[in-house]
Amino acid sequence: MAVDEFPVEKGAILMFARAVGDTNPVYYDESYAQRTEVGSVIAPPTFVQSSAQFDPDYPLRPKPGQKWFGSGRTPSGLSEAPAAPASPSQSAAGNQPSDPGDASGSARSMGSSLHAEQEFTYHRPIRPGDVLSATVSAGKRWDKQGRSGRLEFAETITEYRDQDGHLVVTARGVGVRTAGPVTKGSN
Amino acid sequence: MPLKMSDLSVGDSRQETLVEDLTRTQIVQYAGASGDYNPLHTDEVFATQVAGYPSVFAHGMLTMGITARLLTDWVGDGRLLRYGARFVKQVWPGDTLSARAEVTALRDTDEGPVADFKVETTNQHGDVVLAGSASARVDR
Repeated sequence: MAVDEFPVEKGAILMFARAVGDTNPVYYDESYAQRTEVGSVIAPPTFVQSSAQFDPDYPLRPKPGQKWFGSGRTPSGLSEAPAAPASPSQSAAGNQPSDPGDASGSARSMGSSLHAEQEFTYHRPIRPGDVLSATVSAGKRWDKQGRSGRLEFAETITEYRDQDGHLVVTARGVGVRTAGPVTKGSN
Repeated sequence: MPLKMSDLSVGDSRQETLVEDLTRTQIVQYAGASGDYNPLHTDEVFATQVAGYPSVFAHGMLTMGITARLLTDWVGDGRLLRYGARFVKQVWPGDTLSARAEVTALRDTDEGPVADFKVETTNQHGDVVLAGSASARVDR
C-alpha cells in the first residue's frame, strides 16, 4: 500500500513486538538498547507491515460511516440477510477484499485473495522517530493450476524510504486469488 | 552477542517452540498492531458463516512475525539483511508452532561475511505452515 507518511513510534513498536510474542527488550527498553550493538530501540523485522495504519484508504480497517464486510447485526455488514452456516465447500464468496500482500489493494474479488509470500530486504534498522514513506509498484504476474481451479499470483514491490529519501526496507509481497475458500494456502 | 562466521558451520541449526495453543486474542492483538482487521482473522461469525472457513485463522504475517524471533535471537539485533517466507498452510487458533532454522551457506561479500539460513515453521501435526529463508551479517 502506498503511504505518504508512516511515523515510527515507540509505543507502536512495543505493541507490535507484543503481538508477535517477542519480549526482546531491544524493542522497548531504551537503556537496555543503548548498551547493544544497534544503540537504540529498533523495530522487529516485520514491523513495516503496520504501515497499513497510515494508509487512509486501507480496505481492511473499518471506517466510520462506511459499511464493513464483517459481522454485526448480520454475518456480513454488506448483506441484510442472516446467512445460514456455510460448509467449507460452499463459500458465499465475494465479500473478501484482497490481502495487503496483494497490494493491488481494494478490489473485491469473486473468491479468496490470500497472502502467498512475503520477503523483506533490510537496508538499515528502523528506529522510533523515523518518518517513512512507502511507494508500491506492480511486479510479475503468473498463473498456476491448483486443485480447485486456476490460481492467479501477483507480485508487488514496496519501497520504504526515510525522511532523507534513503531506502530502509524493500518488501516483496505475493498475493494469490482463488475461486473459493482455501485450506492449503494461508493469509 | 553477534554471531561469528568462525563459530558457524553449514548445517548448524536451532529449533524452538514459539507459541503454544495460539489464541484468537493473540490474532486480534496482531490485527490491532498491524492494522489488518480482516474479519477472516478477527470475526468468527464472518469467517465461518460467510467465508466458509472452519474458524478464524492467523494472518500469514503473524506467523512470519512469530518466526522472526528464532532468527533474531540467533543472529542478533539489527543483523538481518533479508527475510522471506512462503505461507504454506493456514495457522488456526489452538495451534502450537515450532520453528527450525539451519545455516545453508557462509559467504564473504563486499559488505563482509554473511550467513544464509533456511527456516521452517511447523504446527503440532508436523505440517509445515511457513517455509522461508534469511540472510544475516555475521562477524568474521
